[in-house]
Amino acid sequence: MNSMIDTALISNARRVWHPFFRQLGLLVLVLPGASLFLIPWLWMLSTAGKETALIWKTPPVWIPPVYHWENFIKAWFQGDFFVYYLNTFYISGMNVIGILISSVLAAYAFARIRFPGRDILFVVVLSTMMLPRQVTLIPLYMIFSELGWINTFKPLIVPLFFGDAFSIFLLRQFFLTISRELDDAALIDGCRRLGVLFRILLPLTRPALAVVAIFNFTWAWNEFFTPLIYLDSPKLFPITLGLHRFIGRAQIDIQFLMAMTIVSTLIPIGIFFLTQRYFIQGIVITGIKG
Amino acid sequence: MAAQSSLAEFVKRRFTQRTEDVLTAYLCLLPWIVGFLAFTLGPLVFSLVLSFFQADLFTRNVFVGLGNYVDLVQDPLFLKSLRITAIYAFVSVPLGAATALAVALLLNQKVVGLGVWRTVYYLPSVISGVAVAVLWMQIFNPRMGLINNALKVVGIEGPSWIFDSTWALPSLIIMSLWAVGANMLLYLAGLQGIPTHLYEAAKIDGANVGRRFWHVTIPMLSPTIFFNVVISLIAAFQFFTQSFIMTNGGPNNSTLSMVLFLYRKAFQQTRFGYASAVAWVLFAIIICFTLLFIRSSSLWVYYAGEERNE
Repeated sequence: MNSMIDTALISNARRVWHPFFRQLGLLVLVLPGASLFLIPWLWMLSTAGKETALIWKTPPVWIPPVYHWENFIKAWFQGDFFVYYLNTFYISGMNVIGILISSVLAAYAFARIRFPGRDILFVVVLSTMMLPRQVTLIPLYMIFSELGWINTFKPLIVPLFFGDAFSIFLLRQFFLTISRELDDAALIDGCRRLGVLFRILLPLTRPALAVVAIFNFTWAWNEFFTPLIYLDSPKLFPITLGLHRFIGRAQIDIQFLMAMTIVSTLIPIGIFFLTQRYFIQGIVITGIKG
Repeated sequence: MAAQSSLAEFVKRRFTQRTEDVLTAYLCLLPWIVGFLAFTLGPLVFSLVLSFFQADLFTRNVFVGLGNYVDLVQDPLFLKSLRITAIYAFVSVPLGAATALAVALLLNQKVVGLGVWRTVYYLPSVISGVAVAVLWMQIFNPRMGLINNALKVVGIEGPSWIFDSTWALPSLIIMSLWAVGANMLLYLAGLQGIPTHLYEAAKIDGANVGRRFWHVTIPMLSPTIFFNVVISLIAAFQFFTQSFIMTNGGPNNSTLSMVLFLYRKAFQQTRFGYASAVAWVLFAIIICFTLLFIRSSSLWVYYAGEERNE
């Protein structure tokens, strides 16, 4: 009896004190790591607003006495960042449209309809996700060059209207979470198969569509390799290529470079903050990198 | 009513429904099937064929059999790129996995400001590899960069990082750790899927924190770890952007990755046959490691559902 009371008392005391020290201990562990992750951002922000002389000072000045916001404007006009931004919006937007149309249809067939060859085809979808893109790169380049598509947006957009394995997989997983009884009820009521998709499934999986759209927009925004291969003229460059071109200029000031690096990340960061819930849910469900 | 309809009618209705289903399914899949044939399978076969030819944009293609592969094995630059890619993959992937797991374990506790910390750790994964590379180029700057300034405070004269052939590859590996956020989120999700009663049972059996970690957390998390490591390895074997932008493969080719080697052969020297052979070697390596990993998974990955089958 006594010992029971003792343990009750101890656990009571723990409940008061333990959480506080526990929090303190956890923070001591979390904070150094978090600062290491945060410092590059702060340094980038600080550097972007400096004047040249201040940049080379050691030890570094973290808060410049005057923050030169005009660096952002100067850099923006020095590179053709307005054009880069427009191009990136166009490419990313078209990617999302193409992927949504084609992948929704394919995912629906895989999730809901029984047909011969379904399992084999789905394995094919999954295995294309593992395929390194370098292995199809050169023939694709030759084909697109035969078609006269080099130095146009077409190689970056057209293939995505034919489905994207990740998105098909993700949408299928979402469709599977919705009860089949709804489909059956609609079918009995005389709804066609495609009617089920548009009237029942799509309205119920709007969050999934959002996840697919958000992910693909961000990926397209950050894409470097494909535009590097297919685009030559700077007036077609997306922001990643634009930033790369900006470094290549002979005497570019570091503060301008940092300013434009910040500008290039604004859209993905903004999307992340506005849609954090979908973003994290999507990563967790598919198990893929953002 | 269905009860009154004759058998023939019933069969007919079933049959037409079934035909409609199959037709609808293939109609839905048509774009993907066409795309797969035109943009994946066709080019895949074509690139294998191409790797047996001496081919470029301007001259006639000449069949050379395994010639390209024989040349590759004797190409010191290719062998170097192979070694560099292997070092990068086998150092950065385990380091990244360990870091991501450590952060996830911390953030799985009920720490104040959880959402803020999670965002801080995740945010670098949101931005493009190009932006990361441009930023870290400046951080690694030997004179004004953040790292050498920090080292100076503790009295260490830092190396030239990306300008030094011994330190360039380690620099890229260090930088890759900044973007472990996505993996961290996956581990976090995995950790939250472990039922608490397992920990309680272990506690009652007298297991301390360390034993609970090794005997509950790790086995329960092993499918997540497995998946993450496979995906990360596949990505690491294809590393390109960092070295292309920051060092252009240098100094002294010390960061020349296989994909950068391929890019140069294909798009700067237009040796399409030779570059295709490089692509197939890369593909073969990725397949081998993935299969090896999947094969080995039965030894160390624990799937909770498996026991029921035994």
